[in-house]
Amino acid sequence: MTMAEFWRWTESRWTAPDKDWKKAKIITAGVDVGSVSSQAVVMADGELYCYANRRTGSDSPNSATKAMNWALEGTGLTLDKIQYTVGTGYGRVNVPFAQRAITEIACHGRGANFMYGPTVRTVLDMGGQDCKAIHIDEKGKVTNFLMNDKCAAGTGRGLEVFADLLGVSINEVGELSLQVAEEPPPVSSTCVVFAKSEASGLLREGWPKEKVIAAYTSAMAHRVVTLLQRIGLKPDFAITGGIAKNIGVVSRLEKELGLKALQPSYDTQIAGAVGAALFAKALAEKAK
Amino acid sequence: MVTAGVDVGAKTIKIIILRNGRIIGQTIIPAGYDVRESMKAAWADVLSKAGVQLNQIDRIISTGAGRKEVAEANDQITEVSAVARGAIALDPRIRTVVDVGAEEGRAIQINAVGQVLDFAINEKCAAGTGAFTEAMARALEVTIDQLGPLSLRSTKAVAMNAQCAVFAESELVTLVHSKTSKPDMARAVHDAIADRIVSLVRRVGMEKEVLLVGGVARNVGFVESLKRELDTEIFIPETPETVSAYGAALLATGK
Repeated sequence: MTMAEFWRWTESRWTAPDKDWKKAKIITAGVDVGSVSSQAVVMADGELYCYANRRTGSDSPNSATKAMNWALEGTGLTLDKIQYTVGTGYGRVNVPFAQRAITEIACHGRGANFMYGPTVRTVLDMGGQDCKAIHIDEKGKVTNFLMNDKCAAGTGRGLEVFADLLGVSINEVGELSLQVAEEPPPVSSTCVVFAKSEASGLLREGWPKEKVIAAYTSAMAHRVVTLLQRIGLKPDFAITGGIAKNIGVVSRLEKELGLKALQPSYDTQIAGAVGAALFAKALAEKAK
Repeated sequence: MVTAGVDVGAKTIKIIILRNGRIIGQTIIPAGYDVRESMKAAWADVLSKAGVQLNQIDRIISTGAGRKEVAEANDQITEVSAVARGAIALDPRIRTVVDVGAEEGRAIQINAVGQVLDFAINEKCAAGTGAFTEAMARALEVTIDQLGPLSLRSTKAVAMNAQCAVFAESELVTLVHSKTSKPDMARAVHDAIADRIVSLVRRVGMEKEVLLVGGVARNVGFVESLKRELDTEIFIPETPETVSAYGAALLATGK
């Protein structure tokens, strides 16, 4: 019998219901290979056509191919029909079918601009193993950024560890953290390893799961706030990455910042790949 | 005069009893879930070893993360002061003390009489503490006692994320996938934790002689990596875990 895998978040793929790739003039793709997740996005004439979001796993060199194959599944579109592909993310060198690699900061800026509109000025990307605060202009060009990639606190990996500890599916952790009558004090340690032992102690003291996760989420949100404060928060504010789907973190962040994040209409994890696909379009047009 | 030093750490409780400055009893037991219960067991053990009763101890000083929980202590001191006093008593040549415990790492510069000149602490981050090696041992599926000897069989250095225990654990999974040998991975783990400790040492400046204390000093792999990076001889006491308690007990004598 296999152990329930609480840390396993829902992978997904999507095809635009109203588009036909055969009618498109320019088809481009962006592939974002992160340490925890990978996304492949295909755009037809600068509009989203299809995408896939899946776990990178330990076999990172093949992750790009697997993500792309899944994105194309059922569309009839094949790799050879894609005119230009840009790879991004820490594994961008492992996108064998890409013509170019572009840094994830640039791609996130561009992607956030597409997903949230030209009013976004501050993008917070909360990814699997790092946290980035990015300033962009109205075109999605990066003007400044700050990153924490040294520490699991405030990252998806940290949250996976907690979901596992509490035996709660990571998809539900956010909602659960809001089921407290009163906000408990945050765990004193931002370090995931120490917070984990602290949480074990709290569980033993009889704290219910939602209270423990609320305490951890609170500490996590606070840590991310300090990152944003260091770079400065300019509205409009948008959040990308997997943790943008965690309502517990987002609501606490908004509360502490005194500013609401723009509502996403797309899967927040695809921002990097979207930006990459848009760069691919610009490069494909230049080549013509 | 009979004195005692009690060090309540993140993982273990250490008690040392001195008569006229000489050790007559010591104990190390897991702190466990209920520190008060563990304290009772620790006292029972060390008092029977020393052949004294609690009310025969003239002065008790506590130290460690849980020093405030020692109701029977007459006074409390910081771990930094305690370990400095203990170190100089063990060997008067010591000028740098490196203390690596379950959840904290410290580098301390001391003078000839054991006074603290400067110190650097990491208490915010598991990397560079015993918690890191425990997590890595689990990931490599060996016991913590096997981890050190395993790393000594390494034939080459492998780069690993030195900054975070959580990332290092995922990295080990990738290394396993790429068929890196277990000894090489174990060595990478020790190089990583040594890296964190060395950065603390560099902050206070290293002056010979160097004493390594705390439970992690028992890890031969870590000691090897630390020696390599500091490029100096490293002294390790017979019971590295009890040096802070020893220092506290000495300070209790008033000297």
